[in-house]
Amino acid sequence: MLSNQEVAEELLGKFGDQVFDFEEPYGLLTVSTTREEIIPVISFLQEHKHYQVIFLTDLTGIHYPDVPGKEFMVVYHLHSLVHNFRIRIKVSLSGADLHIPTLTPLFAAANWMERETYDFFGIIFDGHPNLIRILNIEEMDYFPMRKEHALEDATRNDKTDALFGR
Amino acid sequence: MADIELLPHNVPTNTELPELVEDLTTLNLGPTHPATHGIFQNILKMDGEKIVSGEQTIGYIHRAFEKIAERRPFYQITTLTDRMNYCSSPINNFGWHMTVEKLLGVEVPKRAQYIRVIMMELARITDHIICNSILGVDTGAFTGFLYVMQKREEVYEIYEEVCGARLTTNMGRVGGMERDLSSTAIRKIHEFIKSFPPVLRELEKLLNRNRIFMDRTINVGPISLERALSYGFTGPNLRAAGLDYDVRVMNPYSSYEDFDFIIPVGQNGDTYDRYMVRNEEMWQSLKIVEQAINNLPEGPYYADAPEYYLPPKNEVYRNMEALIYHFKIVMGEIDAPIGEVYHAVEGGNGELGFYLISDGGRAPYRLHFRRPSFIYYQAYPEMCKGSTLSDAILTMSSLNVIAGELDA
Repeated sequence: MLSNQEVAEELLGKFGDQVFDFEEPYGLLTVSTTREEIIPVISFLQEHKHYQVIFLTDLTGIHYPDVPGKEFMVVYHLHSLVHNFRIRIKVSLSGADLHIPTLTPLFAAANWMERETYDFFGIIFDGHPNLIRILNIEEMDYFPMRKEHALEDATRNDKTDALFGR
Repeated sequence: MADIELLPHNVPTNTELPELVEDLTTLNLGPTHPATHGIFQNILKMDGEKIVSGEQTIGYIHRAFEKIAERRPFYQITTLTDRMNYCSSPINNFGWHMTVEKLLGVEVPKRAQYIRVIMMELARITDHIICNSILGVDTGAFTGFLYVMQKREEVYEIYEEVCGARLTTNMGRVGGMERDLSSTAIRKIHEFIKSFPPVLRELEKLLNRNRIFMDRTINVGPISLERALSYGFTGPNLRAAGLDYDVRVMNPYSSYEDFDFIIPVGQNGDTYDRYMVRNEEMWQSLKIVEQAINNLPEGPYYADAPEYYLPPKNEVYRNMEALIYHFKIVMGEIDAPIGEVYHAVEGGNGELGFYLISDGGRAPYRLHFRRPSFIYYQAYPEMCKGSTLSDAILTMSSLNVIAGELDA
């Protein structure tokens, strides 16, 4: 079994201040890094003789419109099947420059996950072999999971919080 | 779990592909072809009858569940999870409820956990029934399908007894079950445990050592363990490739550590191995159901968390406390804690994960489903490269790609 402390110290020793914001929400080690370092961090974990984090569980994006300079976030969930150890890695991106290196050379699974993230949020994965929309039609000219697209008709006012005393 | 050793595989590599010839046939397999469930489009490039390459178009049943979930209180998202893997709805329901319980810190009593285990394993049985019998239909054996569909009907009757619905179950609540198991439901579960093995044996007799079936499935659509791990395979398809990764054993949830069962592991990662792994999993699931129903603990069937547990309707009309909390929950006046949680359950065909980010409001700020089918299907062209069209159909059947889960 690996402890979160052990992995966090190893990452700090290897990457210094390029990894930051260590957290443990519900026992899952969460690390933030920059987009320049994301591929080295993940390949370091993948090639580590002892950790063997060889499984990409999930890759997704989040939109935080209220955080200036860090409007978008890409979240990676990785899993070491040998030690049953999960790690979550986050990368913040600014809305003006939505580029991040692709993970497809390391994991074949990243291909469609990145396409889905591009489809929903418009995050561009540099070096992806086939970055086109996957679930929506090609002709769409907006990215539906961004928060500015309301789910319902914006002219409706029968569900406002004021009516419920909130 | 033992260390992963990549065993040498006797999987034939498809290196004997022809050189790229000029006149490849482009064949559109799907989306209206019956074998593609009406929603997957495969554009295959064929040289004679060999498949050279393939491209897929998906998204024909995309319903934007992740977007809809951003407007809904937690208890209403259950209805969305039902419609993802519609062959095993209870697993999705309870997976979602467990995620929310993890976020809220609610401890579910033992009895509710056991009832959940029973329902989840019955759901797994139905999921595998459909996958294996449809695989038989795709090879031309319609009989086995008719044998086991009757048993699926019995499972649906059990669901009906427990929650009132059959296919989209909406079973359970955040913090426990909606209602206790009735005596009729318990009787029906016991009857099912007795009556299911003979039928499953009939299906095994029909297919397992059948010359035609074996010729059609052995070494069809193989995938090596390295590629399967790289593609993110989980569940029966990864176990068929030779790795005993099961969420129920690795990260036990809902009291799975109390039960005694084994994980079947295949060897070659081909269609026959996937079939056999699912077949053995049905026996193991039946074993778990039997243990759970025989050792069903006494006690409450919902957690002592009135702020989060939606009270049953008949309580609401009689009990003032229940009425107040019901109103508060439905109106979304009770806020969730701020945090993010990832929880995975062993779904019908792999690791079904829920990544939930809460900003303290009544609805999730962001909810992402890690859907196993979505991850399987991108490996499909690689798996059927070099095989014939009829083998490609079998490969798709044995992957058990469920349309609703693929597109969410």
